[in-house]
Amino acid sequence: MEAATLTEAPARATLGRDRTDRRVELLLGALASTILLLIAGMILFVLIKALPSFTHNGLAWFGAGGSVDDQLMNIFNSPADPADYVYKLRAWPLLYATALITGVAVFVSVVFSVLSGIFIVEFAPDRLRRVIEPVVKLLAAVPSVIYGLIGILVVVPWVADHLISEDRKASVAYVIQLDGTSILVGIFILTIMICPIMIAIIVDALRSVPEKWVEGAAALGVNRWRAMRTVSLRAIRPAIVAALVLATARALGEAIMLSMVAGSVGFAPNPLDGITFLFEPARPLASTIVDNSEGLSVVPFGQTMYAFAAILLISSAFLSFAGWAARKSFSRYTLGAR
Amino acid sequence: MELKEEGARTGDGPAAEVPPLRRIVVESETVPIRVGDYAGPPDPEYGKEPWQLAAGLDGEPTWIEERMRTEGLSIAYGDKRAVKDVSIEVNSGEVLALIGPSGCGKTTLLRSLNRLVELTPAAKRTGRIILDDQDVDSFDVTHLRSRVGMLFQQPNPFPMSIFDNVAYGLRERGSKKPRRRQLEPIVVDALERAGLWDEVSSNLNHPALALSGGQQQRLCIARSLAVSPEVLLLDEPCSALDPISTGIIEETIVELRSEVAIVIVTHNLQQAARIADRVAFMYLGDMVESGPAGQVFGAPREARTQEYVGGGFG
Amino acid sequence: MNIEVRTAAPGPRPKPGRRARPEHHTGWSIGDRVGLAAAWAAGISLCVVAAVIVLFMAWKGLQFLHLDMLTSSPEASMDQSKSGGFLDPLVGTLLLTVIGIAIAVPVGVGIAVWLTEYGKPAGLARLVESGVEVVAGTPSIVLAIFGLLVFQQGFMGIFSFTAAGGAVFGRSFIAAGSMMALIALPLVIGSTREALNSIPRHVREASYALGKDRASTIRRVLLPSARSGIATGATLGMGRICGDTAIVVVLLGASMQTTPESGPLGLLRGTGSTLTSYVYNNSPAGEGNAPDKAYAAAFVLLMIVLLLNFVVGLIGKRNKPQWN
Repeated sequence: MEAATLTEAPARATLGRDRTDRRVELLLGALASTILLLIAGMILFVLIKALPSFTHNGLAWFGAGGSVDDQLMNIFNSPADPADYVYKLRAWPLLYATALITGVAVFVSVVFSVLSGIFIVEFAPDRLRRVIEPVVKLLAAVPSVIYGLIGILVVVPWVADHLISEDRKASVAYVIQLDGTSILVGIFILTIMICPIMIAIIVDALRSVPEKWVEGAAALGVNRWRAMRTVSLRAIRPAIVAALVLATARALGEAIMLSMVAGSVGFAPNPLDGITFLFEPARPLASTIVDNSEGLSVVPFGQTMYAFAAILLISSAFLSFAGWAARKSFSRYTLGAR
Repeated sequence: MELKEEGARTGDGPAAEVPPLRRIVVESETVPIRVGDYAGPPDPEYGKEPWQLAAGLDGEPTWIEERMRTEGLSIAYGDKRAVKDVSIEVNSGEVLALIGPSGCGKTTLLRSLNRLVELTPAAKRTGRIILDDQDVDSFDVTHLRSRVGMLFQQPNPFPMSIFDNVAYGLRERGSKKPRRRQLEPIVVDALERAGLWDEVSSNLNHPALALSGGQQQRLCIARSLAVSPEVLLLDEPCSALDPISTGIIEETIVELRSEVAIVIVTHNLQQAARIADRVAFMYLGDMVESGPAGQVFGAPREARTQEYVGGGFG
Repeated sequence: MNIEVRTAAPGPRPKPGRRARPEHHTGWSIGDRVGLAAAWAAGISLCVVAAVIVLFMAWKGLQFLHLDMLTSSPEASMDQSKSGGFLDPLVGTLLLTVIGIAIAVPVGVGIAVWLTEYGKPAGLARLVESGVEVVAGTPSIVLAIFGLLVFQQGFMGIFSFTAAGGAVFGRSFIAAGSMMALIALPLVIGSTREALNSIPRHVREASYALGKDRASTIRRVLLPSARSGIATGATLGMGRICGDTAIVVVLLGASMQTTPESGPLGLLRGTGSTLTSYVYNNSPAGEGNAPDKAYAAAFVLLMIVLLLNFVVGLIGKRNKPQWN
């Protein structure tokens, strides 16, 4: 008993303070939990709203068939009676455009960014390095609409005038009009847009590779390039994955810029068209939503847009998870050495 | 002339202790053993090769051959001259210790021997460095560095498996990558020579960074040995290690000296006395004195050496 | 002279090259040379592209920007010379940034403090962490239409224009601003956490040793020390908010002019535009189609981003040698 009172006495003295401390902890914990509620709410809301579009089409929703723009138009012009709502949609061209543009741009960017990162950290002359680093950071922060503006006012007309011959335009004129807005320009501008983001992360990571590893490799008679490739790049794989995830998320969600330069036509470019393929327009999911934001109040049309949003939401959540898993698998040999 | 062992210790005493001073006091003024004093079987190639017999560690006669030498080597970082006009030779078959107070240029001298000092942009070198009668500037720098290995103050294994660490130098210096089957004997041999094989033989695929500090440093030795260097530069290899690991590494170094020329930078005079055959004392960038360990520690010629060494041995 | 060898004889004289030396293939293989060339090519083209973009925008901006554009409102006109300036979009950008940051900073700092200083139960903390990552990865267009869904609910009527029948418009500065807060939130949380994590343990322990509890340690010691981290996060967040277009297009209504609603919170409930939506609208892809105005507005936007970037650099430089 005595022992109990002895330990209680000082406890009582700080009781009031402990209570505020506890209250602060609870308050902040609750604040942090709201973010989970928000995400849960977002996923739930968007999925519920999207459900009719999926249930009416079944798996065919993901398939190809007919013109997706015509289908969207029909949905938009649905009769007012809920019983007569039109939902028929074959979203393949949009899904395909999203995957194609994002995939190619991210792939090109990874290669380019890793090479540029190595150049900046290891090979660039000092004076150039001092200029290029802040410029890369600036480019990483440039709003996408500015890239879109340059794309639509400079790159698109140039491609239309110099790269696409009249013959080529005529060869596909019965399906699609080639006016310069194309997946080529979309991918090009998107690559320019996401590269600085990746380069900034990769440069920071390369800088933080312990000097002793680089020296150790050099002392074994391994040349600078090999040392960079086999030690530094290995060591920063988690950072490369992080950059990849971030850049992919940006590319996947890029709406405005791609709607400006990639044509904004629900068309599935056909690789069998050869070079012409590159000049064909397309429209990814995110651009589709932003282009049609005015029509969201038309119930079935809005539901269709939320279905697109649901696909984007699920893909980006999956992307974060994949990035997390990849980083975890790399940490085996690094063991918190960094 | 009589050689008398002093301080030779057998099994008694705690195993954790640093190996005792194994120096042998040579009771004679003429320490170096002249060529021809060797009484073994006659060697038909005698005189054709540059090998010489010298008193090594413990006064044991060893074969030495010049591997590297510097001629009037100076290194400056900007205005600051870190190494001034140093000429010294590095022989295989013996351990050369560079001693001196902090900032005396010994590490800079060491790092210039494999031109690693060139990684520091401000460093400028004058004077010549000769490896096997060739100026090192005439080599491709990567070729030089694979012949002159180096070990650093901090153990620096790469974030890879133990096997990949040792195989790294072999894999990454050519255009053809050798197969694991070809590499395995070399890796095993290197680990054995570095005295690490028994501890890691069963887990070659474990991450190298999970090893203890001393094991990591021996792994780095194995990594250097795997590329068969002729000279091994050690930059205070034990400064980050505990006494037990230090003892093990020192033993490894002593064993290796018959195969590679070893240059070690150390702050620790006892360590230099334990493992070095020859000692060079540097002070403020000058090479003050160099000679057999027994002489530098026992009867230094220069007052500055006397002061420094005397402080170390009390 | 005889020498007495106590230990083993030196043994036979070693032969040079007794250990089989593997052939040296050092130097640069073809693959290495190709890689190096590729790195140089990538680096040079990066420099060229960067220079072209920066110089092009500066040229176009200085060519078309007139100071009166900053002080006049946009007018509906097909003629570029009569379509006014972009005062309203500029104000809109600033207003949205202020709203977004005003929400994101307290919430973000709170979450970051909870994650680094409390973080219990650990499972919840890990969930919150991945939650933040999910928010960071969610496309802003998805956040935008999610926001629309939320703000169109009847009880959210106070935040935007409500029609006579009770239909809530769901588009207003408040709606767009709160969604903007969401895209800034992960940045604020990230750099605040980084700053808090860089404060060594002994600083906290010193405060506890003085009898302070955790709450006051956070308030008096940790948050002041993390100030520059918070400022960096907030500035990065501002950059993202200034540059986002999708949320503006969906959640701020289509009017180029700022259109306040009635009532005390009229401006916040009203609709308007920002520089990004102005650029979009005046590009050939939009309705206005006044490329000169678009260039000028883009240049102003770029200057704002440049300024924010500069501020981030300044904060980072000034507060570097903090803990040794």
